[in-house]
Amino acid sequence: MTTDAVNAGFMAPGGKSWLREWLFTVDHKRIGMLYLWCITAFFVVGVFLGLLLRLELFWPGRDFIGQQTYNAVFTLHGVIMIFIVVIPSIPAAFGNIFLPLQLGAEDVAFPKLNMFSFWLYVIGGATALASLFSGGGAPDTGWTFYVPFSAVTTTNVSVAVAGVFILGFSSILTGLNFIVTIHRLRAPGLTWTRLTLFAWALYATAWIQVLATPILSITVILIIVERLLGMGIFDPARGGDPILYQHLFWIYSHPAVYIMILPAMGVVSDIIPVFCRKSIFGYKTIVGSSLAIAFAGSLVWAHHMFVSGMSDTAVMVFSFLTFIVAVPSAVKVFNWLSTMYKGSIRLEPPLVFALGFIFLFAMGGITGLVLGSAGTDMHVHDTYFVVGHFHYVIFGGTGFGMFAAIHYWFPKMYGRMYNRRMATTAALILIVGLNGLYFPMYLLGLEGMPRRYYDYLPQFTSLHQLSTYGSWITFAGLALMLYNLIHSRYRGAPVGRNPWKAATLEWTLPSPPPTHNFDTEPVVTHGPYDFSEVRDDDGA
Amino acid sequence: MTEHRDYLGAKMGMWIFLFTEILLFGGLFVLYSVTLGRYPTEFHEASKLLDVTMGTTNTMVLITSSLFAALSVVGLRKGSRKVAKTCIFLTLTLACCFLVIKYFEWSHKIHAGIYPGGGTLTQWEPGKQAFFSLYYTMTGLHGLHVILGMGVFLWVWTRIAVGTCTPEHFVALENAGLYWHLVDLIWIYLFPLYYLIT
Repeated sequence: MTTDAVNAGFMAPGGKSWLREWLFTVDHKRIGMLYLWCITAFFVVGVFLGLLLRLELFWPGRDFIGQQTYNAVFTLHGVIMIFIVVIPSIPAAFGNIFLPLQLGAEDVAFPKLNMFSFWLYVIGGATALASLFSGGGAPDTGWTFYVPFSAVTTTNVSVAVAGVFILGFSSILTGLNFIVTIHRLRAPGLTWTRLTLFAWALYATAWIQVLATPILSITVILIIVERLLGMGIFDPARGGDPILYQHLFWIYSHPAVYIMILPAMGVVSDIIPVFCRKSIFGYKTIVGSSLAIAFAGSLVWAHHMFVSGMSDTAVMVFSFLTFIVAVPSAVKVFNWLSTMYKGSIRLEPPLVFALGFIFLFAMGGITGLVLGSAGTDMHVHDTYFVVGHFHYVIFGGTGFGMFAAIHYWFPKMYGRMYNRRMATTAALILIVGLNGLYFPMYLLGLEGMPRRYYDYLPQFTSLHQLSTYGSWITFAGLALMLYNLIHSRYRGAPVGRNPWKAATLEWTLPSPPPTHNFDTEPVVTHGPYDFSEVRDDDGA
Repeated sequence: MTEHRDYLGAKMGMWIFLFTEILLFGGLFVLYSVTLGRYPTEFHEASKLLDVTMGTTNTMVLITSSLFAALSVVGLRKGSRKVAKTCIFLTLTLACCFLVIKYFEWSHKIHAGIYPGGGTLTQWEPGKQAFFSLYYTMTGLHGLHVILGMGVFLWVWTRIAVGTCTPEHFVALENAGLYWHLVDLIWIYLFPLYYLIT
């Protein structure tokens, strides 16, 4: 009941002002917690914007918000969810907290740079939000900021893309920090093949962050100069080309999809062996597939542009390359399933979320092939089919990876356990809700309902209503999950250092871990999924 | 917490960061090459309007400043904080020269109405307009990097002055030097692409 029942670890108040100590901390665990809270807050805002959109689409025609407001709301929903929530979600929050712990390190390689990244994140997020309330009104371009509309609209696009630029800088610096940390700060004996799969996923992600984000930075800088100085780089009348904008934009933003999904795959790869009491099946193929996804995922950007007027050869090449990315993704799914085969399965909440991830990610991934195939894409391009696809992948994939990570590491972060039955119930409600929310979108898309539209023909009404009901179920699941976590943070039963009996290094520390991490530098003698040396009394 | 020093780690971080800078300009170089492919003759015509003398002078100025940046690292490593500070001062002076020459070049063009939205430029064919749009964007972004680099050198200068950047721990100065070489290198590509393609 009282906080002194639980060791306070790195969260313990120090001597100086509480606020000052947190905001200017260089402790990677505290920075990770700050990210986690900010991301959760922005996630709640994004969810409400999404609910608003679904509500407006309940009936055809105007229900309660106007067209301009609708455009602004879906733009903000996209900008907040993509740039402020999903991209930083797992790497910035859980990567910061647990990567150094899994490596047996005292901190990340550049602690001050880490604090700087967090501040850039806050400033970028604030700038993006400021675009709502200043200038000519909230941006109405969609999160892709396509020219020529973004170059001429009178809404506050410049401020929003400036926010995106700052957020991108934060993402680059986090990735850079992780790469150097993994290379330089591994504990003695922690060879590359003894690294956790979460660390490997972060490593692959970090390289994408470093290699792809600068291209987004230059793209948004170009929008700003286009708007403020009238450069005309994307204006055909002045020698420019709007298709070049799409190329530059997707050269970043497609790899960004893998920034979103790879860390979630890493979380799932860490969770499944623990709850099946089996070493992961095909460690090296999972590592290889992470790197293969990072590499191949950078070559497929133009599959967003099949109908933009590229040459047929380009369409064929990008369609083929897109199929290739599906291979390493499928390899991972087979590895997870093979790990569970004949495993000693304990269906604890982290595993339930991980299984939900596999199912929902497969639902999104398979429709990705429909979209990656040029012929079928012509039919469903820019319809609700696409909306359904990427929400399955991003909410069902990254979102569930995030929830799995929260439920897996919650006892380590707070030293308390949540109500497991309630957590499992929330997971099941979410799985039902997400299918109700997004599956009708596939049908809507196949029937020809375009995305981003404010109004629709009467024959789409029932499917839209079905989807809106799904959004309410999803909301109920989220509310239950959040209630459980917040309640347990104060009232949960105290746990020991290793409630899941996992074998990675972070579970050898007290929960929550002390500020200095390891008293003595750990020496690693076996892989991350070798459970033979985990003792039964570790849990209590 | 004890001060964490990792020379190799610091260098590695800096090299990765420099790589992101190359990619940032890389996007623009891609735009340049696509547009050049579309309007080869217009680019040729427009390029003649740039002042090769000023461009060449600026190239010499920037390369020399890079030399002093390198000498400042050598000076500090050999134990002389005084040499290091003098060389940084010379680097900064030459950087100012570069910006002043750039200012004259730009203001001369802008005065003649050759800028995006300017009276003269809007009369010309699209290819020439594209050339000057890219010219202002790329050299402008490069100029911003020169200013940022100057800020970095000022910061290192104060660190040497207060004794946190020393002959034993010189990685801050070395990384500043690397950054400056990159800024110099990007200019070495910009110069022929804009001034010498005729």
